[in-house]
Amino acid sequence: MSAIADIIASAGLWAAVLRIATPLILGTLGALLCERAGVLNLGIEGIMTFGAMIGWLSVYNGADLWTGLMIAALAGGLFGGLHALLTVTLGLSQHVSGLGVTLFASSFSYYVFRLLVPVAGTPPTITPFQPIAIPGLSNLPFLGPAFFSQTPPTYLAIALALLLAYMLFRTPLGLAIRMTGENPHAAEAQGINPMAIRYGAVMTGSALMGMAGAFLTLSAFNSFFPTMVQGRGWICIALVVFASWRPGRALIGALLFALFDGFQLRLQTALGGIVPYQLFLMIPYILSIAALAVMARRARVPQALMQPYRRGER
Amino acid sequence: MSAAVLEIQHVSKRFGDNLANDDISLSLQKGEIVALLGENGAGKTTLMSILFGHYMPDSGRVVIDGQELPPGKPRAAIRAGIGMVHQHFSLAPNLTVLDNVTTGTESLWSFRARKGEARQKLLSISERFGLKVDPDARLGDLSVGEQQRVEILKALYNDARILVLDEPTAVLTQIEAQKLFSILKDMAAQGLSLIFISHKLDEVMNAADRIVVLRGGRQVAERKAAETSKTELAELMVGRTVTRPQREASTPGEIVLESAGITVRENGVDTLKAVDFRLRAGEVLGIIGVSGNGQTVLAQLLSGTRARTSGDLLLFGKPIDTLSVADAVFAGIGRIPEDRNKDGAIGEMAIWENAILERLPAFSRHGLVDRKSGMAYAQKIIDQFDVRGGTPSSRIRLLSGGNMQKLILGRNLINRPRILIAAQPARGLDEGAVAAVHERILEARRQGTAVLLISEDLDEVMALADRIQAIVGGRLSPPIPAEEASAQKLGLMMAGEWAQEFSHAV
Repeated sequence: MSAIADIIASAGLWAAVLRIATPLILGTLGALLCERAGVLNLGIEGIMTFGAMIGWLSVYNGADLWTGLMIAALAGGLFGGLHALLTVTLGLSQHVSGLGVTLFASSFSYYVFRLLVPVAGTPPTITPFQPIAIPGLSNLPFLGPAFFSQTPPTYLAIALALLLAYMLFRTPLGLAIRMTGENPHAAEAQGINPMAIRYGAVMTGSALMGMAGAFLTLSAFNSFFPTMVQGRGWICIALVVFASWRPGRALIGALLFALFDGFQLRLQTALGGIVPYQLFLMIPYILSIAALAVMARRARVPQALMQPYRRGER
Repeated sequence: MSAAVLEIQHVSKRFGDNLANDDISLSLQKGEIVALLGENGAGKTTLMSILFGHYMPDSGRVVIDGQELPPGKPRAAIRAGIGMVHQHFSLAPNLTVLDNVTTGTESLWSFRARKGEARQKLLSISERFGLKVDPDARLGDLSVGEQQRVEILKALYNDARILVLDEPTAVLTQIEAQKLFSILKDMAAQGLSLIFISHKLDEVMNAADRIVVLRGGRQVAERKAAETSKTELAELMVGRTVTRPQREASTPGEIVLESAGITVRENGVDTLKAVDFRLRAGEVLGIIGVSGNGQTVLAQLLSGTRARTSGDLLLFGKPIDTLSVADAVFAGIGRIPEDRNKDGAIGEMAIWENAILERLPAFSRHGLVDRKSGMAYAQKIIDQFDVRGGTPSSRIRLLSGGNMQKLILGRNLINRPRILIAAQPARGLDEGAVAAVHERILEARRQGTAVLLISEDLDEVMALADRIQAIVGGRLSPPIPAEEASAQKLGLMMAGEWAQEFSHAV
C-alpha cells in the first residue's frame, strides 16, 4: 500500500490533477450556465471537439496561442447560437438538438481538419502554452510545483469559476438568468426577455465549451486528433448535476474527478504489472457515479430546464 | 369626477375564429376597486393580458394618466405603474422571496445587486399594507396564501399604482380570501386603484365599487355595486336565468363504503392520516377542503390507483385487501377524476374510444375492439347526457370542458354505479354546465347511488351534500349534517378548526 501513499504524496500527481481538471472546469461552467437559463446543451462534446480543432488550426497557421483560444471560444459561441436557434426560437427538443449539434460539430471538425491539413505519418504539432510559475508561491515546497506552476488557461479556468459564481448569485443579471431557468414566465412578467437571456447564456456557455476543447490542443497536448475529447463533454454534463448547478461546487467536482483520473494513471504505472490496466481506467467513472448518486439526490434542478418558452402560453 | 387613472378604449382581439374581446371600454379611478365579472371564456383574462402587454390588441388602446401605452410591451406596462397578480403565480419556487421580488428591478448590467436596500424597501412595503412575509424564505416552502402575498408585493415593489388580480381567490380558503379583500380595500383607501377578475358573485358584491360584466367577449353591463343584486349579476353574466339544483330530503340506505383509520404514507410523509368515513347508498357525502390537503390521494385511493399504508377499507361491508382499478370498475365504483384532461380523457383519441376505455373487455370480440358497439355506446351517452359539440368519432379534446365532463359523467352513470367518486366535478365549468352536472349527481343519488363528493366549492357542497366532512392536511373532520352547515362553520372546518362538540352524526 505504500505505492498508493507515495502517489498521493507526490507533487506530480497534484500538478497533473489541475491540468486534467482544466477542460472539465471550463466545460462544466459552460454547461452549467446554459442549464441555469433552462437549456440543456448536449452539443458540448462536439463543441469541445471543434474548439480543439479550430484553436489548434489557428495556431498552426500562425496565430498566437491566446488568439487561438479566443477563436475557439468564438466558434463555440456560434455553435451555441445554432443550438439556441433550434431550442429557444423554434422550441425543438433540447436533447435531440444537442445531440445533433454534437454529431455535426464532431464530423465537421474532422472534415475541416482533413481538408486543410495534409495527411502525415506523425501528426503535425504546435508549441503549446508553457507553465508559468507564480512568483513567490511557486517556490514553496510541494505546494509550489503542485499548484503554482500551471499554464495560463488553468489559472483562467479557476478565475472564471469564481467569476461565474459571483455573477450568478451577486448581480441582477445572474438573478435574471436563474429566474429564466426556474420560470421564464415570471421573468417575462418582470420585464425581462427570457429569449434574449437564453440566447446569451447558451452562446456564452458554448464559448466556454469551445475554450475547454482548445485547452486540450493548446496546452495539454500539442496536436489535434478527432477522437481526443473522449467523452469529457459527457462528464461535464454529469458534473453539473453533481455540482447542484453551483459554479463553486463544479470546480470541486472537476478537481475530484481529475484526482481520480490522475491517481489511476499513476496506479497503472505502479501496479500495472499485477492488475490489468483496464480496471484502473474504470476507477474515475465508477467513483464519479458513486459521488453523483450521493450528491444528486439533494440537487435542486432548475424548474424550467428543458422546457421551451413560448410567449403567451402557460 | 376626477380624471381616470386607467382607460381601456375600444379594445378588440381575435384568436382564429374566436373573438375574445369585442370593442371593450373600461375606466378606473384613483382609489377605486372595479370587478371584472364573467364566466370562463368571457374574455376577462385576455383583456387583462392586453392591458399588461402580454398580447397585442387587434384594435383599440390603453391609456394611463392620459398617456397611451405602447401595445405588447410588459416592461412599458410595469413602468407605467401596472402590477399584475396572475391566477397561476409567476414565481420561482427554488428562489427566495427577495429574489422573486427583485428580479428585473435593477439594470442587468450593474455589477452588484443592492440586496440591502431591496430588503429595506420590501419590508417597508409589507409593513405598510400588512402583507407579512419572510424575505429570505425559499418561495416553495410558503403556503399558497403567502405566495400570493409575494405576487402582490412584487407588483407593489415595482411601484404599481394600478393592481390587476386575476381570480385572486381561486386558490384561497374562505378565511384567507376575506383577509385578502380587507387588504385590497385598505390599498384602495391608500390611493391604489384595483381591478380584480372573478366569476364569484359574493366576492364581487362584497369587495368592488363598480362591476363590469363580460359575456362571450362582449361588455354586457356596468353596475355600481350598491345599485345591483346577485340575481341581476348572475343573469347578466350567464345571459339567461340559471338556477342550480338543490338536494331534496331523503333517507339514505345501508353503508356501502367505509374507511376505518386509513393512512397513506409517501416518501416519509403522511398524505392521509387515519381517515374515517362511512358512505351510504342514496346519499351524497361532501368532503370539503382547499386543494392540496390530501383529497387527490383520497380520490385515487378509492379509484384503485393508489395503495394505502394502513387502515381498513370495507366495500359493501366486506374488507378489501387491495383495490385495483379493474376491481373498482367491476364492483360498480364510478369515477370522475379531478383533472379531466389528464386523468379523465385522452385528448387525441376519439369520443367513442374514451367512452369504452375503462370497460374494454365488454367491447372486445375475439380479441378485437368492437368498434360498432363502441360507437353505439358513445352515441347513447351523447344523447342521454346532452353532450354537444362532437360525434362519437371526433377527438375528445375538441369538446368544451363542460361537455367533456358530461361525457365522463355519462360514461359512469349510464351503468348505474353503486358508488360514485366525484372529485371536483364542477371545477372550471361555467354556470350552465355546473347546473347540468349537479342535476346528474342528484339524479344518481335519487336512484340509490352513494356519492362521495370531493370539492373545494362551499356552495356546491352545501347544495348537494347530505353530510359534510372537511379535509385538512390529510385529516378528515367528523361529519356534520348539511342542516348544521353554514359558510362560516365550513370555513372554520376547512381551516382545521373543528371542535370536539361537533356532532358525530353517522
